[in-house]
Amino acid sequence: MTVINQVVTWLTDPAQWSGPDGIPVRTLQHLYYSLLATAIAAAIALPIGVFIGHTGRGALIAVNLTNLGRAIPTLGIIILVFTLAGFGIVPVLVALVALAVPPIVTNSYIGVRSVDRDVREAAEGMGMRGRQVLWQVELPVAMPLIMAGIRTSAVQVVATATLAAFVGLGGLGRYLIDGLSQRDLAQVVGGAILVAVLALLTELVLGRVQALVVSPGVAGRGADAAVRAKVEKAA
Amino acid sequence: MRRIRLGSAAVAACLALLLAACGGGNDALEGGTQPNEQSTVTVGSTNFSEQLILAQMYAAVLEKAGVKVDTRLNLGAREVVFPALEKGDIDLLPEYNGSVLSFLDPKATQTTSEEVNTALAPLLDAKSLVALDESPAEDKDGWAVTKETADKYGLAKLSDLKGKAGQLVVGGPPELKTRPAGLPGLKKVYGIEDFKEFKSLDAGGPLTTSALNKGDIDVGRVFTTQGAIAANNWVLLEEDKPLEPAQNIVPIGRKDAMTDQVKQALNAISAKITTEELTKLNKLVDVDKEDPEKVANDWLTQQGLL
Amino acid sequence: MTDSAAPVLAAELIRWEWVGRHLDDIRDALVQHVELTGLALLFGLLLAFPLALSAVQWPRLYGPILGVTGVLFTIPSLALFILLIPFTGLQIQTALIGLTIYTLLILVRNIVEGLRGVDNDVREAAQAMGYTRARQLFQVELPLALPVIIAGVRIATVTTIGLVTVTALIGWGGLGQLFIEGFTLNFSTPIVVGIVLSALLAFTADLLLVGLQHRLTPWARSGGG
Repeated sequence: MTVINQVVTWLTDPAQWSGPDGIPVRTLQHLYYSLLATAIAAAIALPIGVFIGHTGRGALIAVNLTNLGRAIPTLGIIILVFTLAGFGIVPVLVALVALAVPPIVTNSYIGVRSVDRDVREAAEGMGMRGRQVLWQVELPVAMPLIMAGIRTSAVQVVATATLAAFVGLGGLGRYLIDGLSQRDLAQVVGGAILVAVLALLTELVLGRVQALVVSPGVAGRGADAAVRAKVEKAA
Repeated sequence: MRRIRLGSAAVAACLALLLAACGGGNDALEGGTQPNEQSTVTVGSTNFSEQLILAQMYAAVLEKAGVKVDTRLNLGAREVVFPALEKGDIDLLPEYNGSVLSFLDPKATQTTSEEVNTALAPLLDAKSLVALDESPAEDKDGWAVTKETADKYGLAKLSDLKGKAGQLVVGGPPELKTRPAGLPGLKKVYGIEDFKEFKSLDAGGPLTTSALNKGDIDVGRVFTTQGAIAANNWVLLEEDKPLEPAQNIVPIGRKDAMTDQVKQALNAISAKITTEELTKLNKLVDVDKEDPEKVANDWLTQQGLL
Repeated sequence: MTDSAAPVLAAELIRWEWVGRHLDDIRDALVQHVELTGLALLFGLLLAFPLALSAVQWPRLYGPILGVTGVLFTIPSLALFILLIPFTGLQIQTALIGLTIYTLLILVRNIVEGLRGVDNDVREAAQAMGYTRARQLFQVELPLALPVIIAGVRIATVTTIGLVTVTALIGWGGLGQLFIEGFTLNFSTPIVVGIVLSALLAFTADLLLVGLQHRLTPWARSGGG
């Protein structure tokens, strides 16, 4: 029970909320790594996933990429890149981007692919060419799944960005590593709680964004049952 | 339709496995989970090359003396490994008397070998541990800068840092900020003011090495026998006033595992290791990338201990 | 230039002669990795089933269970392992308890999903035919839920294989020990070997489980990836 007391004390101590080691600074650093990594991952993964979904080529890879991606040990990547590139943000970014890319590719692929054949044919019947079909029909309809993929990745990245502290950077992981060094259990627990809270907030916020971004026509119509099932399965 | 039946036999098998694994003894999994037998000595180490070399040395001479040995190396930082020693998961660790003292008593300020050993003995005793003979070799905590930094700011000894620290970034293990021999010590003994920034890295490990070389920090906490110092042409700032405690290499083990046979074998090593020898061995591993085990065995053979 | 990374880059990424000399260590690490994963999955399954069954039996538990497992999953694994150290030291329990908890989280969700996905008509038919609850569960619902459950086991397996490497920071680690060795010795070879082997291990385990799924459920076309 005293551990809980210590943790509460640590979390509510005003000293903890100011200065370069304080919770606000560490949280911002943590968000910075996470945001940057997710953005880079999305920039890489979205075009790939959408392309595969639109053209149908390379489908096997796209579908299995999420599972394959989980097989890559993030700790190993960060240590390897550190050994090659040295101190800095590069090892963290490479590892987190590698973590974030697979779910976005898979979800974007499934999203674009699962656009109802009728809808696609109707668009083509109206005279739309490939690219127009993509931008004006497939992407909007695929939005729920694409956003679900980004959301999954973002939450995983936030939970894993603690590794940045392992290679000497900042972020909430610092409380875990420093807490271990200083044998300050309260710090470790406090840090873990903060990360969990941040990850949950990310999930919630992106959930809101998803609701806003999905076209009302897609959402309001009550999206295709198959699409909905795929959203739930993929998320 | 295929029937899936969870027969009671299957459930019983699962439970048996559960109990077996929880019973704390599965030989196939790396040793150290067995209850402490008088005869098997488990040698542990943290994760630095010097530790690996020393631990391999201990293991080798113990085996030669006919003791059954098990090694669990590369276990992590002292915070993780020392409690394992206290708990009995390992029996023996190569240690540094000053560091262990400040680990067990964070406010300790003793500096000479005698003072450190005297203060350490009762603390170890209380945990059923004992320190064997220390060796003359010491791996002290030090402060290093790159040659460029030394030239730029005119740094050769620690007191040269006074008046310039405000422009420099210092890096080291997290506890550097609070330990008496760390930053507070620099302030107290040398009057050195606060550094521009403190980066929490590791204790003389790859993070500090890389950060120092890349200029992310200007002053780094290092260990004086590290191969990296010579390899990177760093300047080890001379300690012109007493600050850092003695750091003699000393085997620390559980009292019940340190039989006379064990003590004799280990004390023989401790008598022969010098700081210069240790630095040379570290270089072989750190820089020439040789195997710690091979380096340890070669040295022991040379010294006639194997 | 005194950059310590330069000599490493100049050398190859893998020094094969190091690999050759350390085959025993590599094999031991691999074996430890497989054992940790296997045990964690075993205990995870054993614990997940009762939890999942209660969530299905009493649907009001489902929300809370889902919520709690979701939250627990965001706790950094390193923190969990560190927190266990004062209690179980460096014994295997520390690693296993942590690994099992994460496995549990994934499996409970998937078992529940699988069971809930069984068509109500099928359930009612079984009841109408006089099946007891237990028989209904084991001979009707579980087989039908199998594809989703095995999909969950696949995810749990691959995730656990990755998590085992983190236990290197508390004295275990399986192939993760190679990462730490490479890290402290500033040497890329063991790291590369560790990454490749653990990825291969995960890939192989995944394939085997897909094969198992096909064999156990010949009537069902395996669902999504």
